[in-house]
Amino acid sequence: MSEIGSEKKVIVFQLKDEEFAVSVQQIGSIERIQPITRVPNTPEFVKGVINLRGVVTPIIDLRSRLGIEETEYSDSTRIIIVFLDEMEVGLIVDAANDVIDIPTSSIEPTPEVIGAVNEDYIEGVAKLENRLLILLDLRKILTNNEINELKHVEGN
Amino acid sequence: MDTTQYLDIFIEESNEHIEALYNKLLELENDPNEKSIIEEIFRSAHTLKGMSATMGYNDLATLTHTLENVFDAIRYNRLTVQPKMIDLLVETVDQLNMMVTDIANGGNGSSDIAEIVSKLESIEQSSNNANEGFQCNDSGEDQTETPTMFLDFDEFELSILSESHDRGFQNYEITVTLREDCLLKGARVYMVFEVLEQMGEVIKSEPSVNDLEEEKFDQSFSVILISNQPGQAISEKIKHVSEIESVTIKPFSVQAYRELKQKQSNIHSLEIVNEQEQTSSISNQSLKSPHQKTIRVNIEKLDVLMNLFEELIIDRGRLEQIASDLRNSDLQETVERMARVSSDLQNIILTMRMVPIDFVFSRFPRMVRKLARELNKQVEIEIIGADTELDRTVIDEIGDPIVHLLRNAIDHGIESPEERIRKGKPEKGSIQLKAYHSGNHVFIEIADDGAGINKDKVLHKALKNGLINDKDIGSLSEQQIYELILESGFSTADTISDISGRGVGLDVVKNTIESLGGSITIDSKINEGSVFSIELPLTLTIISVLLVELNEEKYAIPLSSIIETAIIPKDKIMSAHKKKVIDFRGKVVPLVNLKEIFDCPQNDNEEEYTSIVIVKKGDRMAALVVDTFIGQQEIVLKTMGAYLDNVFAISGATILGDGQVALIIDSNAIVK
Repeated sequence: MSEIGSEKKVIVFQLKDEEFAVSVQQIGSIERIQPITRVPNTPEFVKGVINLRGVVTPIIDLRSRLGIEETEYSDSTRIIIVFLDEMEVGLIVDAANDVIDIPTSSIEPTPEVIGAVNEDYIEGVAKLENRLLILLDLRKILTNNEINELKHVEGN
Repeated sequence: MDTTQYLDIFIEESNEHIEALYNKLLELENDPNEKSIIEEIFRSAHTLKGMSATMGYNDLATLTHTLENVFDAIRYNRLTVQPKMIDLLVETVDQLNMMVTDIANGGNGSSDIAEIVSKLESIEQSSNNANEGFQCNDSGEDQTETPTMFLDFDEFELSILSESHDRGFQNYEITVTLREDCLLKGARVYMVFEVLEQMGEVIKSEPSVNDLEEEKFDQSFSVILISNQPGQAISEKIKHVSEIESVTIKPFSVQAYRELKQKQSNIHSLEIVNEQEQTSSISNQSLKSPHQKTIRVNIEKLDVLMNLFEELIIDRGRLEQIASDLRNSDLQETVERMARVSSDLQNIILTMRMVPIDFVFSRFPRMVRKLARELNKQVEIEIIGADTELDRTVIDEIGDPIVHLLRNAIDHGIESPEERIRKGKPEKGSIQLKAYHSGNHVFIEIADDGAGINKDKVLHKALKNGLINDKDIGSLSEQQIYELILESGFSTADTISDISGRGVGLDVVKNTIESLGGSITIDSKINEGSVFSIELPLTLTIISVLLVELNEEKYAIPLSSIIETAIIPKDKIMSAHKKKVIDFRGKVVPLVNLKEIFDCPQNDNEEEYTSIVIVKKGDRMAALVVDTFIGQQEIVLKTMGAYLDNVFAISGATILGDGQVALIIDSNAIVK
C-alpha cells in the first residue's frame, strides 16, 4: 500500500473485543443493518444481498469470514460498504465508530502470533497509545476461493 | 490549433471509415469493376486524409493520401483492380487501423509506413506508365483548355460529373448573360433554370442559387449542366427566354478542372487545403444519407437514461403495491395510467438502444477471408439480415461467440478444396450468417456447407473424455450428441490448430450465450453441413417474470422459460428410479424441489396439493415445486456484482416494489 503522506486515514470498527481498521479510500459508506435476502449455494459467511439505493450488493459477515463466532445483530451493528477493483461488497461488523489518522510509522508488520485470525488477511498492526488496531487487507478478504470451489461441486 | 476536443469524434469517424474501407475492399474483390465501390473507397480515404491532416497525424495522412492516389488512378481507369492488389490494400487498411487504435490508446499514431507507401506508390506508378496512352484517348473536348468559372467542386459533385460521362451524358458549362435593361433578373434566372431542368440536371451554379434568387449578381451567371442533349439545342432553348443577351455553352471537363485545381492547391498553404477537404468531407456525409435525421448520442448517456428508467420501474412497482393496499380508486387509476405511459416509454428507450447487428457482422467477411487463406481453404460468407436490431448490451457480448463459431465452421466444417472436389461439391465452401427477429427473440444462424458433424466421432471422443458413459449412448438424441461438442474438454479436430483452439472454445460460446439468457442448438447432416442456431432475448435489462414464494423467500422465474404453472394433487406424483416425476400432458417430467436446491428449511407436513412451475430448456422440461405463486411482474434485471457473479441456479437479482431483493432463478441450470 503506497502512502503519500506520513499519515493514513482509517475507519476503525469492532469485531468481538478487537479493533480493526481499513483505509477510508476503500470505503463507500457505512449503513445500518437492513433486511438481507439470502443467496443459496454461497459460503457460510456470505449472508446474502441487500438493496443499497438501487444496487444489489452482496453482504459478508466479517466475523464469520475471519473465523470469529457470529452474534445476533444489534443496534450498533453496521454494514461497511467497501469498493475494491470491480467489486462492491458490504461487511457486517459489530460497530463502526471512529475515523482516525494513524502515523504510518506506527504500523508494524504482522506479529508472528495473532490469535484466531489467519494472518493472511492482516496487512499490519498499528499501535496507538493504549489501542491496538489490526489493519485488514480487503483484497485477501474478498478473494473468494471458497465460492469457486463451491461452484465446482454444484456444477457437477 | 488545439484539436484535443475533436479527438473523440476523430477516432469514432476514423473507425467508421476504416470499417467502410474494409467492407468495400472486400466487395471490390468480388466485383473489381464496380465504379460505385471505387468511388466510396476513394471518398472514405479522402475524408480520412482530410481529418488526419487536420488533427496533425502526418503519417496517417500520408498513408491515406497514397491510398487515395491509388484509387484515384483506379477510378480514372489508369489502373485496373487485380486480386493481389487487394491484399496490399487490405494490408494498408490494417496499418491505418493500427494507427488509429494507437491514437485511441493515447499514442501519436506515428508508425513506419515507408515500406507500405512505397509499395502503394509502385502500384500507382506502374499504372501511369502502362496506361499513359489511354489517358490521351479521352474524348477530344476534354482537352479544350478553357478557363472555368467554377473552382470549388466537392468530391461528390465531381464524382457525379465524371460518372455522367460514363453514362453517355455531357457536362456543359453554360454562361448566360442578361440584357442590361432587364428588370426582374430573379424571374429570368428562374425561367432559365426551368428550361435547363427540363433538359438535364443542374449540378452547380455560380453565383449560388440563393444569390441568384436574391439578384446578387451583375448581368451574367454560369451553371454546370448534365444533359444528353446537344449543346446547340440547349443554347437555342435558353434563348427563348426573353431579355437574354447571350448564351455561351461549352463542355466542362473534370480532368481540366482537376489539373487547374492541382496547380492552385500547390500555391495554397497546406492548412487551407485541409480546411477545404474538411468541409467537402462534411458535405459528402450529409449528402450520403439525406433521408435520415440522426444525432449521435454517447452510449453512456443512454445507459444513464436506462438506469433512471429502471429506478422508475422499481418505483412503479412500489406504487402499484401501495395502490392495491390502499384500495383508493383514484390512486389506482393514476397508477395504471402511469404504468401504461411508462411501458410506452420503455419501448422507446429500448428501441433507442437497439443497434443493427451489422455492427458486429461487418467485421466478419474480412476475418473469414483471412482465416480461409491461412487454412488454404476457399470460403465465401453470405450475410443475411444484417439490419436486424439488438440491444447494445447484447451486441457487445455476442461478437466473440459468433467469431468462435465462424472459426469453428471454417476450421472444422468447410473441407479443403481438394476434398470438396472429391465429394462433388463446389470448390468454394460457403457460410451463411443469418439474423432475424421472431417474437421477443433474435435468432442468429451460422450455416456451413461443410463436412457436417460426424456423430460416431463425437460419441467416441465424448466417451474417451468421460463426458458420457456407455449407457448414455442409446438414449441420446441426435441433437444431444451434437451438443456434446459444446461441452468443456471437447475437440474433434484431428490436428489442433491455433484457430479454433484446443477444445476450450465451444463451451465458452455456450456459457456466454446462456449467460445472455439465450440458447444454442446444433443441427447437422454428414457431408451437407451444420447449422448452429443461437436464440437471444431482445433485451437484457427488463424482463417479465413469475414471482414465487419458498417459505418466506421470494424468487423470480423468467416467463420466457416457463411453459405453464399447475397445482397437482399429491397422488399424481410418481416415482421413477427413486426420483419424483409427474405425468405432464403425456410426458414424464422430473419434479425438482427448489427448496432442496436452495437449502430452504423443509416443512415436513406433506400438503394435499403441490404448486409447480413447468420450465423448459430446449425440448427438455422440469417441474419446479414452489410454495405459492405471487404473480407476474416486469422486473429490472440486476447483477449481484462481481463478488457473487456465478451462483448456481441464480442468474441475477431484482428489486421488488417493497424494496426487497428477489433472486432470479436460472432454470437452464436446473433442467438437466
